[in-house]
Amino acid sequence: MIEFELNGERVSTDATADTPLLWVLRDRMGLAGTKYGCGRALCGACTVHLDGKPARSCQLPVGGLAGRRVTTIEGLVGPEAEAVQSAWDRHQVPQCGYCQSGQVMSATALLRDNPTPDETEIERAMTGHLCRCGTYGRIRRAIADAARTLEGGA
Amino acid sequence: MSVRAGLTRRRFLEVSSLAAGGLVVSCQLPGRSGGRPATEGASGAFAPNAWISIAPDGSVRFACHRNEMGQDIHTTLTMLVAEELELDPRSIEVRQAAVDPASFTNSLLGAQITGGSTSVRDAWEPLRRASATARTLLVEAAAARWGVPVGECAVEAGKIRHAQHGTLSYGDVVADAAARPVPENVELKPLSAFRVIGRPLRRLDGAAKARGGERYGIDVSLPGMRYAALVACPVLGGKSVAFDRDAALARDGVREVVDLGEAVAVVADDWWTAQSALGALDVRWDEGPAASLDDAALAASLEEGAQEAGAVVKAAGDSAAVLSRAGSSLSARYTTQLLAHMTLEPQNCVAVVSPDGVDVHASTQYPQGAQAAAADAAGVSVERVRVHSQPIGGGFGRRLDVDFVAQAVRIAKALPSGTPVKLVWSREEDTTHDFYRPPSLHVMRGAVEGGAISALEHKLVSPSVTARLFPVFVNEGIDPFMTEGTADLSYSIPNLDLRSVIREVGLRVGYWRSVSHAQNAFAVESFVDELAHASGEDPIALRLAMLKELPRQSAVLRKAVAASGYRPKAVRSKAWGVASMQCYGSHVALVAVVSGTAEALRVEGLHFAVDCGIAIHPDQVVAQIEGAAVSGLMNTIRAKVSLRNGRVEQGNFDDHPIPRMNEVPPIHVMLSDSDEAPGGIGEVGTPLVAPAIANAVFSLTGRRIRSLPLEDSGVRFV
Repeated sequence: MIEFELNGERVSTDATADTPLLWVLRDRMGLAGTKYGCGRALCGACTVHLDGKPARSCQLPVGGLAGRRVTTIEGLVGPEAEAVQSAWDRHQVPQCGYCQSGQVMSATALLRDNPTPDETEIERAMTGHLCRCGTYGRIRRAIADAARTLEGGA
Repeated sequence: MSVRAGLTRRRFLEVSSLAAGGLVVSCQLPGRSGGRPATEGASGAFAPNAWISIAPDGSVRFACHRNEMGQDIHTTLTMLVAEELELDPRSIEVRQAAVDPASFTNSLLGAQITGGSTSVRDAWEPLRRASATARTLLVEAAAARWGVPVGECAVEAGKIRHAQHGTLSYGDVVADAAARPVPENVELKPLSAFRVIGRPLRRLDGAAKARGGERYGIDVSLPGMRYAALVACPVLGGKSVAFDRDAALARDGVREVVDLGEAVAVVADDWWTAQSALGALDVRWDEGPAASLDDAALAASLEEGAQEAGAVVKAAGDSAAVLSRAGSSLSARYTTQLLAHMTLEPQNCVAVVSPDGVDVHASTQYPQGAQAAAADAAGVSVERVRVHSQPIGGGFGRRLDVDFVAQAVRIAKALPSGTPVKLVWSREEDTTHDFYRPPSLHVMRGAVEGGAISALEHKLVSPSVTARLFPVFVNEGIDPFMTEGTADLSYSIPNLDLRSVIREVGLRVGYWRSVSHAQNAFAVESFVDELAHASGEDPIALRLAMLKELPRQSAVLRKAVAASGYRPKAVRSKAWGVASMQCYGSHVALVAVVSGTAEALRVEGLHFAVDCGIAIHPDQVVAQIEGAAVSGLMNTIRAKVSLRNGRVEQGNFDDHPIPRMNEVPPIHVMLSDSDEAPGGIGEVGTPLVAPAIANAVFSLTGRRIRSLPLEDSGVRFV
């Protein structure tokens, strides 16, 4: 059994050690918010936070997670998350929405790490995320807006 | 084109009530008489195809008959319902409708199907009419109860008001309304009275999607569910001959192995176990006839097709005579590439086969097709198949095909009765076994005289998707979807010879966002540009000279030109390229701004002007243009599918890339104010991107690129 912290709770799984965290979350823990898009860390749809930093869960064998802290979109809380999700609503970012869990996870991590990112920093943090529907322009504007919201203390 | 069967004029409404006393308004095909009184209770007039139901507690439910794949159809159609019922759209509960072609056939496509940018055009009148009829019955019921004329009643926010008698809510009068005869003609609200249509509204599924709460086909989970992964023959169309079933079954958690012919599936307790076991199968394949298929063979097939006379799509005057007489005529050939869909949610389906029938849960654009495929795969009649359509993680035409539904059902049949199974294709399977956007070859000839094109010939050669999926639409060698963008050419040209040749090339092809509009637009709008440059005409003036009979088209062209700062020649390493077309009932023009050099090109901006008639949900119309433009970039810059020894050489997002954030320029969209009925919007942002950029590249570098993707010709975009 492998034990780790998931969205603030201690959990354990009897999945084989090589099973990617993505599939443990989806098929064994009932958490479908983290998505499968490519299986090779090319698309970002599977992004979770591992010890507070964005990580591609399709590349995280669960065997290496003993004692670590995992947060998924279902457990994402805090002022940066709220700012991002409100900005997502204001700018009407999602279309099909399939990539959006991953996008929001990375956008939130960016703002926690750097509350006042410029355009280049936003692009660098987010370019790893594919959006087949093409919502990139709105993602950029929403992140910049979320940063302004946090700065203003709104 | 339209395969309209006159349904919109002859639909009748039939009203009945739910057993609990609610009001259900449905839509029926002709053949049922209108004006029949509705009945209460379960007997008689219960209508199987319901859009709107209102319960005695006043809650309003809309069964949406089209599939949501990000194009915002759920919210947009709910807005139509809300408008006529004088409700806040956010107060309406939206559910996905079941398969019911009698009620929900798309009049433009002939089935219960979502595609071709048709959903709004198809629903615009009938859905508002259904909602207005419901409202009329509710008001009549209230007026009758009060004993007052209908004209003295006002409606607002789910309530009917009378100056003296006060207020009744919809819920208060549903039973009375259900007992009333259905009016044959109801008045729809005039534009001037719209309070919902055209107004800002946050899309109803947006909040869930931003919080990871949306559940796609791939997320469906049922008690006792197993998981399936499959490996298909790496050579397209090949079949399994032998495999080591025991080696797979020996692995922990593996439950079953199912031979599907074109693929072998492993069923396990979770998907990773199933996917990991595929290697143990060690499948031996009969590669079949496509084993020699490669890019050269594909090109040769199209070339052979170009030698045929083809079917005449549109003709006028005598282009051959004019071209031989003209001082100078131009000839050019254009080609476009095979493309994979790369929907971010890979193909998947959950299926259950039991004595109760078949249940399929799928991200699908074609629920009626999914039902038929499931019935066929299970060997049951369609009445015993229930399709639970899910929100789709990207459609782009891939989900018009239902191959994965049939596969899931066949796998379910091999399991103990009643066992649900979720089949998920890996990304690699998805990329290598797609229904690819067809390749195309365009043979162009033309001449310019007196500031306009005097003769234009266009022979389009391509395999036909429609001949496979909907063969009834192919008549006399013409696939009407393949000829969109040529048959409906917007320019007035006195001598025209537009032809198409359907030429199979040895692999299955599918509908890809904007279908053949993108391919025809690349050829036509690049060639118009070539004709302009060759004859010394300005590319804008040349187009405008031929658009005098289409003022909506010339208007968007002028708008895009003005907004982009367009210059006919490159200025300090920056150049502009224009493209214009009507498509799906809307009018679009695009100016692309490109800078740099051939080795380091950068798309600086895309300026769209769109006239789509009434924009029901304006911000989402803009969003669709923005998004479709990114699909356009995908088709333009570097993505392609290549074939070697019958195998697709690409497998994932590294070798079949889609545009990333840092590769997408600012996209500016201007919507025209219009009172015209809405045109289609989901796909119209895609076709013009390639020709506009190619035209800008010519202006910038002097290089005319006639094949897609552009980087295959040696230029580099940074």
